Amino acid sequence: MKAFVRLVTRDVRLALRQGSAGTMAVGFFVIVIVLFPLGVGPELSVLARISAGVLWVAALLSCLLSLDRLFQADFEDGSLDLLVLSAVPLELIVLAKCTAHWLTTALPLVVVAPVLALLLNMDTQGIPTLVYALLLGTPALSLVGAVGAGLTVGIRRGGVLLSLVVLPLYVPILIFGVGAVDARIHGLGPEPHLMILAAITLFTGVAAPWATAAALRASGE
Amino acid sequence: MTLSTFIHGLANPTRFLRLSDAILPWAAGLAIALIGAGLYLGLVVAPADYQQGDTVRIMFVHVPAAWMAMFTYVVIAGASVVGLVWKQPLAEIAAKSAAPIGAAFTLIALVTGSLWGKPMWGTWWVWDARLTSMLILLFLYIGYMALWQTIDDPVRGAKAAAILALVGSVNLPIIKFSVDWWNTLHQPASVVRMDGPAIHASILIPLLVMAAGFTAYFVVVLLWRIKAEVLARRIHSVRLMQAQGIIS
Repeated sequence: MKAFVRLVTRDVRLALRQGSAGTMAVGFFVIVIVLFPLGVGPELSVLARISAGVLWVAALLSCLLSLDRLFQADFEDGSLDLLVLSAVPLELIVLAKCTAHWLTTALPLVVVAPVLALLLNMDTQGIPTLVYALLLGTPALSLVGAVGAGLTVGIRRGGVLLSLVVLPLYVPILIFGVGAVDARIHGLGPEPHLMILAAITLFTGVAAPWATAAALRASGE
Repeated sequence: MTLSTFIHGLANPTRFLRLSDAILPWAAGLAIALIGAGLYLGLVVAPADYQQGDTVRIMFVHVPAAWMAMFTYVVIAGASVVGLVWKQPLAEIAAKSAAPIGAAFTLIALVTGSLWGKPMWGTWWVWDARLTSMLILLFLYIGYMALWQTIDDPVRGAKAAAILALVGSVNLPIIKFSVDWWNTLHQPASVVRMDGPAIHASILIPLLVMAAGFTAYFVVVLLWRIKAEVLARRIHSVRLMQAQGIIS
């Protein structure tokens, strides 16, 4: 547990001091969302209709943007080998790295999402639900993405391959994330969607570190 | 003979190649006969649908292709388990060889579905639950094949691809379920559904014959591809030995 906390703080500190991952992901998130009204047109009713979907798709893409660095930096400076060989179970290390990734990349997105939702003229009723859905769903984005990052670590043009591998697996999270907000706006209960999102996150929390650890071990051989 | 001795028995490529050479002509003959018979039954004997007319005959290619697309993924997942658990190189080669066939079946299902959709729904593409999940299946196949292609080291590539295949096979039911859910929320119920009335025997029989023919065809192409891959690896190792001066 101590090692877990230490690894999370190390990764968060690295991300903050390099000042890259978190702020860049947020910047990307904002720009992608601003591009949508420019592309679709400024009509408020249209924007309100697509706002939940746009926010979620932008969140998926911003998460993906920083995922290829998840193990790559450690791979390049050799600390990944030490992590694989250490006495701490590799699954736990993966979970720590995912936690750090979520804290530095996904959490800032959740914070700015309500403001952007207002820009997109989302029904104000839907905004708290959007935040809940993002909080419940984004950990799964980091966890599923870790599997892809583990599979593609050390590969040339790994980033492109990563998106090809990971994005189809993101489909359920996207559907239920948008579904929760739409259900709330249309006066239906968002609870079923939120529960399924939580279930997906819990399931990937168990299964993804295991698969990622296997992938990392295969890459080290 | 237990399962594991059987699997290890097949690990010998020479024995496997001999076995596949024995199976191949039979499977090829069966594929030609069944697909021929299925096409005759489907295109000539089966009655035209009272609503859809002759366009319904696309079904005899479309439905078996869609079945095979999913069946191939199951084969890949099964072969990946065997490859991971028993370290069976031939299973890894089988999974690798099956992927392009599965992708082709998925593409055939999508294209025939689109061609069928034009006269029926009045549009080439509908975001119907089945079409959408088939499209995502195609992306999974493409990602799987891309992973094999990008990793140079065959040992690591096999492991990585096997892990991805298993992750995908766990995810596929979830994706299918979520797309169904999404579809019922967004899609008006006016879309013509294929599974309306129970299928009559005059349509069911050619459908099953075609499905059996497609399976035989799958076996033929899979064995061909495995054979080619085994021979390619042999050539590769012979060249390596030549380069090192072990043999001339």
